[in-house]
Amino acid sequence: MNIFKKAKVFMFLMIITVIFATTALGTQGSPLAPFQALEGKIDIAGGTAHIPVMKDAAEAVMKANPKIRITVAGGGSGVGVQKVGEGLVDIGNTGRALKPQEVEKYGLKTFPFAIDGVALAVHPANPVSSLSPKQAQEIFAGKITNWKDVGGKDAPINLFSRDEASGTREVFWKKLLQKGPVAEKANIVPSNGAMKVAVAQDPNAIGYLGIGHVDKSVKAVKLDGVEPTQENAKTGKYPVVRQLYMNTKGEPQPLVKAFIVYILSPAGTQIIQKHGYIPLQ
Amino acid sequence: MMKTGPFLSREKISSRQLRRASRQEALIRGLLFGATLISGLAVGAILGFLAYFSLPLVFQGQAGQILDWRWRPFQGDFGILPMIVGSLLLAFSALLLAYPLGVGLCGFVFSQRQKPWGRLVLLAVRLMTGVPTVVYGFVSVFLLVPLIRTWFAQGTGFSWLAATLTLSLLILPTIVLLTWAQLEHTAIELRLAAAALGFTPSQELLWILLPQASRGLLAAVILGFGRAVGDTLVALMLAGNAPQIPDSPLDALRTLTSHIALVLATDSTSLAYQSVFASGLILFGLAAAVNLALRWLKSPAW
Repeated sequence: MNIFKKAKVFMFLMIITVIFATTALGTQGSPLAPFQALEGKIDIAGGTAHIPVMKDAAEAVMKANPKIRITVAGGGSGVGVQKVGEGLVDIGNTGRALKPQEVEKYGLKTFPFAIDGVALAVHPANPVSSLSPKQAQEIFAGKITNWKDVGGKDAPINLFSRDEASGTREVFWKKLLQKGPVAEKANIVPSNGAMKVAVAQDPNAIGYLGIGHVDKSVKAVKLDGVEPTQENAKTGKYPVVRQLYMNTKGEPQPLVKAFIVYILSPAGTQIIQKHGYIPLQ
Repeated sequence: MMKTGPFLSREKISSRQLRRASRQEALIRGLLFGATLISGLAVGAILGFLAYFSLPLVFQGQAGQILDWRWRPFQGDFGILPMIVGSLLLAFSALLLAYPLGVGLCGFVFSQRQKPWGRLVLLAVRLMTGVPTVVYGFVSVFLLVPLIRTWFAQGTGFSWLAATLTLSLLILPTIVLLTWAQLEHTAIELRLAAAALGFTPSQELLWILLPQASRGLLAAVILGFGRAVGDTLVALMLAGNAPQIPDSPLDALRTLTSHIALVLATDSTSLAYQSVFASGLILFGLAAAVNLALRWLKSPAW
């Protein structure tokens, strides 16, 4: 047993060393040092766009100090607000700014940490690669129903939209559709992942998803010729952007505070960039 | 375990044994009553909870807004009638497909029950009960949906049809196993009499067993419908979720269950969120109504 214990301690020290070595490389000091004196549990839920960032950060923290447990769940921005407001989780993530009623009802404190753009997405084989905002609005309103009307082949346009609780939908609807209508016949998918699967499979599909989720399986459509990249989102050339927020109920506990500081630190910035979002710092 | 032995034997029963038996019986009765009470209270509590949260809708005069044909939350329309229609359409179409198939399967297994085929089919159906809904869902997303889209060359493939096919597969084991259990438990005397009268297996099934099993057949319908109308994931993943009345099986529809799943995460101050409770209440009422209607249909004639 003793040997096992020693081995465990040895492993632990090894892991710490590796973490320190890797994370400290590009940064000054150790961003994980504040966690050494802390222990406890952080529960995180809410926006699905946040999940990859939260998971990587949580993993780094838990490796640095096994006494800390961090759980990351999804659910969407609305769930994030509700859960943190009701005290069910410590951090509730949203892909939109909090509404005044929400701040008032729950006494929430908000920490924006990244920018995410929302891109129109079509099947990779679709010849259409650029649309104007007006065309996009008319397509989603159900006024333009054939790809040939926007320079594509003669085929019906299959609309995919997101659920009412989606932060991605909210940004898309406000910034690109200018709060215009979405046709009732549009299919509704419940997550960014489901959107990618649906659009990747259907040659006539059009949908939208967070730029961080765009990969080779779908084609991101240019907006008036502007490529929906994180770079263009940051400079403001690409207009369909939103911020990602972490929210706490009142002033965060020391452990939760340390986690938020870590996300905002240079080490957290690297994680944010790795997943295709733009850090706010 | 009840001890029935002493009562059946001719030995004299001591008063001590009798007292012990009656104590056991009282205990069992108490336990059963407790279990019934807890289940009953749970159902009652759910109903009460839903009603309580739906009440504000009625009192603030928003019930009319919810019972409307349009769901466009960003334009201020919060009607959930299309979802009610969607739930009913999907559940009945799945039942319509799965029920004859299930009873037919039972007939096949019955006629083949002495041969390995019958056992094999039954085993396969038993295994089907263990397949999680989400597995049916994602397999259909990758296999069935593209097939429907290319074959019919209309719509996205996420449709009433896709959901119906998958959902009928999901409720098939419920129907088969319930029907089969009923057939198996039909009195052996009846079956012997039928055999003695020279009935062929199919005649026996058609004229003796199925009429005998009508209660079980009805239970299979009720439970099958309950599963179909209550299932969320298949509809959510496959039906397309467009809040509309479908014009054809290739159109998308939204069920009450997927509606709840999709809207539950919206901010809790909106009317959209309120509609979730109304949806739950209606779903509850729908399941109960169909259940009662079927029982009522059954009671006088058969």
